[in-house]
This record gives sequence, structure tokens and C-alpha cells, in this order.
Amino acid sequence: MAEFNVATREDSLVNVIDLKGYLDAHTAPELENVFTRLIDEKKYKVVVNLEQLNYISSAGLGVFMAYIEPMRNNEGDIKFTNLSPKVYNIFDLLGFPLLYEFYKDEKEAILKFNQKSAD
Amino acid sequence: MNNSNNKSFEKELKVKSSTDHLELIRRFTRSCALDYGFNEEIIDKIILAVDEACTNVIKHAYKFSPEGDIVINIKALNNKFTISITDYGKDFDPSLVPDPDIKKYYQQHKIGGLGIYLMKKLMDEVNYNSTSKKNQVVLVKYLAN
Repeated sequence: MAEFNVATREDSLVNVIDLKGYLDAHTAPELENVFTRLIDEKKYKVVVNLEQLNYISSAGLGVFMAYIEPMRNNEGDIKFTNLSPKVYNIFDLLGFPLLYEFYKDEKEAILKFNQKSAD
Repeated sequence: MNNSNNKSFEKELKVKSSTDHLELIRRFTRSCALDYGFNEEIIDKIILAVDEACTNVIKHAYKFSPEGDIVINIKALNNKFTISITDYGKDFDPSLVPDPDIKKYYQQHKIGGLGIYLMKKLMDEVNYNSTSKKNQVVLVKYLAN
């Protein structure tokens, strides 16, 4: 079995999703479940930390595309942090930087959310 | 053998059409590409392209039914590394799938076609053949001198 793990935690009212291992068509439903739960719980500010993600295919990228709109419609967003150059390259090939924010560090992304709510 | 980077071999893996087997498919692809002499960066590209091709077979040719067969044949000859992925499911014409435009996707809530686009970006050649009995995707990567 491909190693994959998805975990969530909260930091300053922002929901952080930690992804680990291999995100492909087999494991993408686990991530979908997490997004569905966050929406049910009305948690729309999401930072996805990809520090421990080794691999992503289009099935995984499709999940972020499927859930971005409900987040943004509710004053939230999906922001990505801590990507390895290898994983970032796949996001880049599909044009994700045109629509999503990427940060080197998780704290920067959380700060960005909190600055916005303070405005 | 006159050059260690010019290995010639042919290997085949047959699996059922379940996403359970994507990991095995990736491992098989990695071991062949490594044997052939590609560097890590190219190996990663080839693995992703093969994953995308097999995911499309599972999704479109077999509609997620896990009973279909997928045959992955890898042939290395001189400087050409060819992966042929064969299925016996519903045929599918990828030329009808337009390249994705992420902004349009966002507006239209449409997800799909990403895999085909990635394959084209990651490989040197992507070709499709369909007969009444089988469909085949052929991915090619050349070994740079």
C-alpha cells in the first residue's frame, strides 16, 4: 500500500492540513473527506502543508480545484506551504500559481489569513 | 554492450484495474527507468506520466471496475525508452480532450483532462491506438547523449 497520511490541526483560527507520502488516485478520496468535513464544520481558512508530501498526481491536484470555490465564497482560501521543488514543479506545470498562493513557510500563510481578517 | 547507458531490455507487468495497484505500477516503472540509466529527475517524470495513463484507464476505460486488465510493457532499445499501456475496456479519444486552462476550470467547476496534459508535458511522445478489442497508450522518453 502506498504510504499516505492526512492530518488536520488548528493554529490561530486557521486549519492546517498536513499531507504525508503519496497523493494519487488511490489516496485522494481521503483528502476529499477532510475537505468535506471542514466545509461541514464551516472551517474555510485552510493552509495545506506539503513538507512531507513525496508525490502528487493530477488526482490529488483535482481535489484542491474541487474545493477552492466553497472556501473562497465563505471568506476563506486554500494556501499551500513548504513544497519541495519537485512537488511545486507539478503544481506549476498545471498553472496553479495563477490561482493559488504558495508560501515557503506555514507561518507566513497563517499570518496572511490573520492580516486579512484584521483589515 | 558498448555503453552502460544503452541497455536494451523488455519487461512487462500485468495488473487489475484498481487504484490499489498504482504503487506497484510506479515501483515497476522506477526500477526499469533506473536500470536504463535515466537520472532521478527524468525518472520522476516518467513515473508520473505512467501513473496518469493508468489512472485514466481505470477511470475511463474500466469506469472504476477493478476486474479489467492493464498491461504495462516497457521496452528499452538504444536511446529510446517506450512504455506501452494496454487495456481492453471502453475506447477513449484523448485528442478530443482540450488542454486545461486552470482559470476556466475554476469558473466552470470542471475537473479532468489534467492527466493527459501532464503526460504530454512530461514525455517526449504520447501516442494512442485503439482497435475494437484494445486501447493502447504509448509513452516515449529518449535518453539524452
